[in-house]
Amino acid sequence: MEIVYVYVKKRSEFGKQCNFTDRQAELNIDIPPNPELAELYVERNPVDTGIQCSTSMSEHEANTERIEMETRGVNHVEGGWPKDVNPLELEQTIRFRKKVEKDENYINAITQLGLIMEHCIKQNNAIDIYQEYFDDEDSVEVTEEAPSAKTINVFRDPQEIKRSATHLSWHPDGSKKLAVAYSCLNFQRAPPGMSHDSYIWDLENPNRPEIALKPSSPVITLEYNPKDSHVLLGGCYNGQIACWDTRKGSMVAELSTIEFSHRDPVYGTIWLQSKTGTECFSASTDGQVMWWDIRKLSEPTEVVIMDITKKEQLDNALGAISLEFEATLPTKFMVGTEQGVVISCNRKAKTSAEKIVCTFSGHHGPVYALQRNPFYPKNFLTVGDWTARIWSEDSRESSIMWTKYHMAYLTDGAWSPVRPAVFFTTKMDGTLDIWDFVFKQCDPALSLKVCDEALFCLRVQDNGCFVACGSQLGTTTLLEVSSGLCTLQRNEKNIASSIFERETRREKILEARHREMRLKEKGKSDGKEEELREEETAVDLEELVGKAEEEFFDIILSELKKKEAEALRKSKLQQPSLKPEDEAEGEEEMEADDLVEREDQAEEEGGSEETPA
Amino acid sequence: MAEVEETLKRIQNHKGVIGTMVVNAEGIPIRTTLDNSTTVQYAGLLHQLTMKARSTVRDIDPQNDLTFLRIRSKKHEIMVAPDKEYLLIVIQNPCE
Repeated sequence: MEIVYVYVKKRSEFGKQCNFTDRQAELNIDIPPNPELAELYVERNPVDTGIQCSTSMSEHEANTERIEMETRGVNHVEGGWPKDVNPLELEQTIRFRKKVEKDENYINAITQLGLIMEHCIKQNNAIDIYQEYFDDEDSVEVTEEAPSAKTINVFRDPQEIKRSATHLSWHPDGSKKLAVAYSCLNFQRAPPGMSHDSYIWDLENPNRPEIALKPSSPVITLEYNPKDSHVLLGGCYNGQIACWDTRKGSMVAELSTIEFSHRDPVYGTIWLQSKTGTECFSASTDGQVMWWDIRKLSEPTEVVIMDITKKEQLDNALGAISLEFEATLPTKFMVGTEQGVVISCNRKAKTSAEKIVCTFSGHHGPVYALQRNPFYPKNFLTVGDWTARIWSEDSRESSIMWTKYHMAYLTDGAWSPVRPAVFFTTKMDGTLDIWDFVFKQCDPALSLKVCDEALFCLRVQDNGCFVACGSQLGTTTLLEVSSGLCTLQRNEKNIASSIFERETRREKILEARHREMRLKEKGKSDGKEEELREEETAVDLEELVGKAEEEFFDIILSELKKKEAEALRKSKLQQPSLKPEDEAEGEEEMEADDLVEREDQAEEEGGSEETPA
Repeated sequence: MAEVEETLKRIQNHKGVIGTMVVNAEGIPIRTTLDNSTTVQYAGLLHQLTMKARSTVRDIDPQNDLTFLRIRSKKHEIMVAPDKEYLLIVIQNPCE
């Protein structure tokens, strides 16, 4: 074996500590950059890089689970008795008490405490510390705060398939409960498996509805009976009327027979003032208004057809989409139709034809809400198409006040039961508007976005403070309005009534002027032709003039042909009548008249009035 | 013994006094002029409230102590006079 290497270490050097020393840097490898590798890359010039000299942060959202709360009560039970005494045994407790009373401590304590207590009792009896000194001075309540409303509670539809909340009704005693009707109003587009249930919610518990009402067909409108708070009336999608008694359970107590019910969904149901408290009436888009007695729902007690030509033809009838009844005027009721016409009717008329008293037209679309002002029943509010209008019964041609055309369709409206000048409206874009026309007339006093989906219905509670609105996805929101909007302001009733009167007078004057113009036109149908030619040159509106000319010439020709019959008709036309042939002619003339009037008015910029014929 | 009777009777006969009761440190009603269930309720609730009030006063100033507790409500006034072992509770309708 060959020795390759010999390691030698002295014994004294074992266990010595290490000595570290510095050493110069040594270059081990030097790899220069290879320019050929650069060919594989494309240079980027310029380069955008963001730099920031602050700490980088990230935003994160977390939604906690909804807290489910339940109200529970605690039962107090007597306790504290020592072990040997049974609190239920009268003898033992009496014995214990007697023992305590003999204790010296007890006697001293009570004597002492008695003295202090007597002092305070006498103090209470001597002076009433809460006495009002300046009672007779009226506190001036000037509410300077801006109107506001805040959401108190939200009730969501517990069903998976969401339905719209189409009607709301407050419980008549104390308004602690809210009945909400759920249904899908899109024609035949209700998803299969959609539940028909409607719910009654207790305001304290938004997690679960208190009672579910189970009809065979979804309920569109739901109303509590104001006399009996256990009874509810519902109008179904298939035209039947259903009645529930909450004491009896969720199933329908009474249901009208399908042969005698409405043929279309029932859009309006209202309880009537009667001694028995069981009468109600309903309206539907099939053009009929039916009266019922809930004790006998097999057939209606009375049916009225909404045919404004008074011929009682169901084919001519207008579909009713809202119903109005005021307890202070029990024989009259009003119906709002799909065609935009409001029909005022009298229930006690002798013949069925006379039941329809008059019509008010002014909306371009269905009249979704109709309500009389609770303080001034002669004036009523209608909501339809993109406006809300206020009408007076005296002025039949047009509404006395109206809002501007909004961007979204208006779906429901109601007066405030506390203030005569305040009303609420809901829109398809999910906003709730509160109008106060004593304060501002062109815009709502308060406009609130309640939710992102459309709002379909609205109901104000009797105290005027709480408003509930239902949306397309079945969410009912309960809002509290600021006190300024629900307390009667000074002098408000007078101001509101004077506004109504002033506007009514204005409309009447305009109406009278229009009527005069029309009569003047019919009288001077020949002579007017030459006058028109002169005015043509002065006016800039060429198209308007051309159109008016054409129409007028047509009318003149047709009238020249029937000149002899004209004379006879003129005398008849003095009285307003609804004969269809005259109506058609009258319309044409009115159109031409309006255009002529406009030209006339454009002419008279000075403002001098035309002398009436 | 007779003094106690006399004191309590005098208190009860004052104008506006609805009820009087004496409760011991464990919350057991010793003497009462009201019915049992009301007494039990008052005893339990006021006992805790008095303890809380006393501890509050002493927390703020340890040398202080609660001498009297008055609770004025819309309908009446509840007066509690605390002692080391007992509580004297009087419910009075103050003059209006």
